[in-house]
Amino acid sequence: MSTTQMSPATGTLPPDEMLPPAEILKVENVTMRFGGLTAVNDASLTVKKGSITGLIGPNGAGKTTLFSIASGFLAPTRGRIAFEGGDITGVAPHRLAERGLGRTFQIVKPFAGLSVLENIVVGAFLRHPRRADAEAVAARVAARVGLGDRLDDPAASLTVSGRKRLEVAKALATGPKLLLLDEVLAGLNPSEVRDIIPVIRELRDTGITILMIEHVMQAVVSLCDEVFVLAQGAIIAGGTPQQVVSDPKVIEAYLGKGAAARLNRGETADA
Amino acid sequence: MYSPDIIIEALLNGLLTGAIYALVALGLTLVYGVLHIINFAHGALLAAAMFAVLLINQLFGVDPYVQIPFLTVIFFAVGYGLQRLIIGPASHGRDENILLVTLGLSIVIENLLLAGFGSDTRSLNTDYSFNVYEVGPYLLSQVRVFGAAGALVTAALLWLFLSRSDTGKAIRAVAREKIGASLQGIDVAHVYAVTFGLGCACLAVAACLLLPTFYVNPKIGSAFVLVAFTIVVLGGMGSIVGAMLGGLIIGVVESMSGLFLGESLGQIGIFVIFILTLLLRPTGLFGAKA
Amino acid sequence: MSALRPYLPVIGLGVLLALAPLFVTSNVALNFLVFTLIIALAAQGWNLLGGFGGQFSFGHAAFFGVGAYVSAIWQMSLGLDAWTGFVAGTLAGAVTGLTIGFLAFRAGLRGSYFALVTLAFAEVFRVLSNSSEATGGAAGLLLPLRIGAQNLQFADRSTFLAFVVALTILVLLLVQWIRGSRFGAQLVALRENEEAARALGVDVFAVKLKAIGLSGAITAAAGVLYLQYFLFIDSNIVFGTWISVEVLLAAIVGGLGTVLGPVVGALALHGLGELVKHLAGDLPGIDLAVYGAVLVVAVAFLPGGLVGLFRRKPAPRQVRKTAPEGGRV
Repeated sequence: MSTTQMSPATGTLPPDEMLPPAEILKVENVTMRFGGLTAVNDASLTVKKGSITGLIGPNGAGKTTLFSIASGFLAPTRGRIAFEGGDITGVAPHRLAERGLGRTFQIVKPFAGLSVLENIVVGAFLRHPRRADAEAVAARVAARVGLGDRLDDPAASLTVSGRKRLEVAKALATGPKLLLLDEVLAGLNPSEVRDIIPVIRELRDTGITILMIEHVMQAVVSLCDEVFVLAQGAIIAGGTPQQVVSDPKVIEAYLGKGAAARLNRGETADA
Repeated sequence: MYSPDIIIEALLNGLLTGAIYALVALGLTLVYGVLHIINFAHGALLAAAMFAVLLINQLFGVDPYVQIPFLTVIFFAVGYGLQRLIIGPASHGRDENILLVTLGLSIVIENLLLAGFGSDTRSLNTDYSFNVYEVGPYLLSQVRVFGAAGALVTAALLWLFLSRSDTGKAIRAVAREKIGASLQGIDVAHVYAVTFGLGCACLAVAACLLLPTFYVNPKIGSAFVLVAFTIVVLGGMGSIVGAMLGGLIIGVVESMSGLFLGESLGQIGIFVIFILTLLLRPTGLFGAKA
Repeated sequence: MSALRPYLPVIGLGVLLALAPLFVTSNVALNFLVFTLIIALAAQGWNLLGGFGGQFSFGHAAFFGVGAYVSAIWQMSLGLDAWTGFVAGTLAGAVTGLTIGFLAFRAGLRGSYFALVTLAFAEVFRVLSNSSEATGGAAGLLLPLRIGAQNLQFADRSTFLAFVVALTILVLLLVQWIRGSRFGAQLVALRENEEAARALGVDVFAVKLKAIGLSGAITAAAGVLYLQYFLFIDSNIVFGTWISVEVLLAAIVGGLGTVLGPVVGALALHGLGELVKHLAGDLPGIDLAVYGAVLVVAVAFLPGGLVGLFRRKPAPRQVRKTAPEGGRV
């Protein structure tokens, strides 16, 4: 596994350059300002087809904002997003879902008045206009994320872990090629995290590329092929998880001063 | 074409009416600014206040202007009670529910007035109802001038209350940051009810100022409620200055479109402003909110 | 069989309604049923947008009135026949819905703002029809009495009731079908959470537009029925606030976003209204005052409406919003 480009030179790519097929998503020099606040500052990253790529960084670094831009919920102040080689900057979220870009929300958004199955069916309807087909797909997806026995329960009755699974299932039912997962592990206890990690890995094995925002380092290290680090809106490092966690810049920015020493003693490995 | 004198007189009359509209809208925008709810019962409550003025006048012969202090207190209490006992608990904190609950209240109030007073249009005649001031070539109705002056004084008092008193400061704190305010020990439910009470108190004042010149019937509320909404939307939801300016603008628009389009089509001007503002500039002309 | 299962309640209510014209004979009862079902039909239109889609309109009178006036003008000024007038009125309702919807949803209006703008549109229509010659001005329009099925006027009330019942059943079946369809699922999804729906590929604007178009058509059809039954309309009747209020009331009391809710709600409300009028004598407006109180009580204590009472325990309502939000995002 090699590190990808993190040089500032990425900004000088001609806009019409074709993406090599190996890259499913390319974020180029994206800047997002809200009034006077710069949430994302000239950030670039690449997600390789078939990979699990991580996006980490301290709270408030702009990770979710970057996700919202990539999934069409926000139009960037500057910069460009390419999906499968085509420019998708400013394309509406529902169009991106049609093209195969799915996302989950950090603050889960279940359709609380509906059953688990009905929730997932909404996603499945995207590619299966007939109800019987959509329900069959939804039931399969539910089984895949471990909600197979709760199809008729109201979504509002699910636990935190159940809601996270539902969030993934809904996005999965749209049949995405690329799935953006926003902190699906946050708020879960260690055993729940252990349960859900194989689910994510299995998604990748069936051909879905994954870009995930994650705080749980254990999961990042065990799942991700490649990791980008966002701090104060800018990408400050990228590479394999091992490279990234030993990068002094990252340790300074992400884990705080003095963390390098602790890290070297190996304490975070089982944090 | 109309002579300039007629137009100027319509303009002046529009400003005078507009000041009272502004007072009605003030109550609505205050409630919106603090509770972030649209009080659909505002018009019906105004109708109730107007009937109260009428009734007290007929039973005890009390002049409408003299009723102001008394009715203000009564309607403050009514508003406080409505919010505390009905609107707050019944709506479970959901936006649409509040709209529905206040709609329900407005139907109840309007139709109780209908049941109690019948559908006749009434007016209250005082011995000064037809006095006029001559200002240059223009004749201005005395009660309208009183009304406008009273509305401006009330708005000024309300503004002073909000900016100087402790309760006023608590109200503004809740308007800005509800959770923060409650952490400071401010009783949010109480502040909500006080605000709602103040909104109703504005209506009581408006009713006393309106009645010497304006007619009343049980349906009068719906005529006012859209006007008040238009003012509030135009001035920017929750903005007091906006409500005052919006009120004056709408008063003038109404009087002008009445002059040029005739009595029945004249109302269109206001609705069109309302729709256009909502569609094109929902933050209003003076809306401060991002 | 299992595909038919969701339709069983609709079929059950349909059979009950279909029996009504056979057994109800008194004019008072027939009048009551016809009028109530016209409201129920209009409410079904409201419910599609407000109940399933979560977009509360306070101005459905706009559609009701457009349907009635277009059909009346179609017959009286253009001299065309009542059946095509029925279709024209219904289509005009759809077009009105699409137009208002396009403007309001394009501007991103929702919640209270959407309610207010629909109310304002209805009021504009009311004032315009009150002062325009084409609509008969304040005098309204009196449809000439020409009994005959081809004129959609029937000699006896029970035939008209049968016609209204047939239409009601048709619309119930349509709504039940929509409920199970992709469009229905997307509509409910955007009611529950617009952002989440968008992420799942729901074109929120298009779905809302479709809903308000259909909603306008159904409510307009009810407006045409009103015209054909009472043969007289004026601006304060068909564009009046009362109709906007009645339809939302019926849907909410019966059960928001349920197929049977509007019919059950309209029957219950009007039944109650008659009872109150009977008890309270001739006090004007007393039945409406009770309706208002029922609305408050329904919102406070009956989130699932009357239909919800007969269901197994409904899902807990959406998590309470801690901070009330404005109408726009």
